[in-house]
Amino acid sequence: MSRARHVGLPRWLFGPALLAGAFVVLPVASMTTRIALGDFWSLVTSRAARSALVLSLETSSASTALCLLLGVPLATVLARGEGRWLGPLRSLVLLPLVLPPVVGGIALLSTFGRQGLLGGELEALGIRIAFTSVAVVLAQTFVSLPFLVISLEGALRTAGERYDVVAASLGARPTTVLRRVTLPLVLPGLASGAVLAFARSLGEFGATITFAGSLEGTTRTLPLLIYNLRVTDADAAVAMSLVLVAVAVLVIGLVRPRGAL
Amino acid sequence: MSAQVEVVLAERGVDVAFEVADGETVALLGPNGAGKSTTLSVLGGLLRPDAGRVVLDGEELTGPGRWVAPHARRTALLAQDPLLFPHLSVLENVAFGPRSRGSGRRDARATAEHWLAEVDAADLAERRPTQLSGGQAQRVAVARALAAEPRLLLLDEPMAALDVAVAPALRTLLRRVLAERTTVIVTHHVLDALLLADRVVVLDGGRVVEQGTTADVLSRPRSAFAARFAGLNLVAGTATPDGVRRPDGLVLHGTPGDPPPVAGAAAVAVFRPSAVAVHREPPGGSPRNALPVVVSELEPLGDLVRVRAGELAADVTVASVTELGLAPGASVTFVVKTTEVDVYARPFEHR
Repeated sequence: MSRARHVGLPRWLFGPALLAGAFVVLPVASMTTRIALGDFWSLVTSRAARSALVLSLETSSASTALCLLLGVPLATVLARGEGRWLGPLRSLVLLPLVLPPVVGGIALLSTFGRQGLLGGELEALGIRIAFTSVAVVLAQTFVSLPFLVISLEGALRTAGERYDVVAASLGARPTTVLRRVTLPLVLPGLASGAVLAFARSLGEFGATITFAGSLEGTTRTLPLLIYNLRVTDADAAVAMSLVLVAVAVLVIGLVRPRGAL
Repeated sequence: MSAQVEVVLAERGVDVAFEVADGETVALLGPNGAGKSTTLSVLGGLLRPDAGRVVLDGEELTGPGRWVAPHARRTALLAQDPLLFPHLSVLENVAFGPRSRGSGRRDARATAEHWLAEVDAADLAERRPTQLSGGQAQRVAVARALAAEPRLLLLDEPMAALDVAVAPALRTLLRRVLAERTTVIVTHHVLDALLLADRVVVLDGGRVVEQGTTADVLSRPRSAFAARFAGLNLVAGTATPDGVRRPDGLVLHGTPGDPPPVAGAAAVAVFRPSAVAVHREPPGGSPRNALPVVVSELEPLGDLVRVRAGELAADVTVASVTELGLAPGASVTFVVKTTEVDVYARPFEHR
């Protein structure tokens, strides 16, 4: 796609723009200078590292699935529903986006923790959530849900309701319209929303350490491991960080061509 | 499947009622904002009126305390834009209606193939909507609407987005498939009304100002819009014994038509633009009507030129345009013989 620009940019803009780019790229790139390539492989394949990576991938996949399960209906209701209560709800859903994750962790703890709002009922059913892998998934879902909802809601609004109307006039029930027309048309938005949610889950730290703790094999995900290693084994921390950078770059590559967000 | 429609929407100032007989095609005509599309939306169940009823084949679809959801109405909608589902093939698009109504995959496919053949688009079955031209896409959209076996077909300016070169073919196609089918079509094109509609309902300002068979309304319009739509001149005023008196006092003489005017009541005088002669100076001689006008625009019309002067029009040759020096702003006189002017009573407007 070529784009014609007839109005020139002010020259002074390029200085700060270049600086901003360097500010992002340089710190990430500098990590690679801190570590020898030979050590890298052994560091990222240590038992603790592998267990954290596997746990991270598992919990992030689970939370992405949970985000889809809950977020698709929510986004659809927000984009298509009618009602005065939708405005406030839309703002509330964004809360985890602006809240410090550690506050999210405390909020979850006060809901699902042993002393929490639902803790008693869950305990009676023999369910313990806090400080388990389930807690990791819940913490990740809490912070990732807005990414999926915003992305999908935007896609639904852009797609508009015209195809839905035609489908209904052809005799399709609301469920059929949603399944065969509405969602297939916003598949790119849905996919990029899911990828963003997965990326956010993978990087989740604050809510996880507050609500799930940092137990190796159960709740110590990659970011938590990196935080732990930071003091004891700086090289390993850098190596694991690079793994996360690689995943992040991959995610950006997946999402960007779609143009959403 | 006959339909009765009453629509009242206070907010949009719409208050419309008409009927569609079984197998009949009714054209809704009227200027923009007259309430045509609103009426169509109410029929399709996309809009809930403040008051009124939609009864299709004896079944009340919309009414006091009654509401049938759009998907359960069997009123397929075909809009200006074909809106083929972009993620489905042409065949899957046409099979969508049958599938949604519970047909098996194979049956739906057979139905879709039948309707695609019916609109001469069988060879397009495996294409994606993006690979179709505008005319092809609209043909497929027609097949898709018909495959849903609608009891009432709603067409919202189906030809408006098409190329002038393509529209006639689709019009011919619609003429064929709409025969014996209960249909309401919104259109801005006189040919659509002439070729597709059995009856026309003229809306203006949210009211029905005129309705009747297409031939009647287009040959003897009694509303300003229908006259313009049919390409006829219409002068409204009060009936005199042998003509119509305009509000400014000018009297246009003519012959009474059916329904005949009642002296002193509202009436309209109707005459063809081709019956109008254009003069620079008011001519003498009495069996003629002379209307002083100011030319507002000239537009080509085949090998003639249509001279518009406000609401009135005259068709003259290119030679006379040069001869008379006609141009927007020129003061001229439109002259029309009394035998060319029909005068009708005007029962609908301003009711």
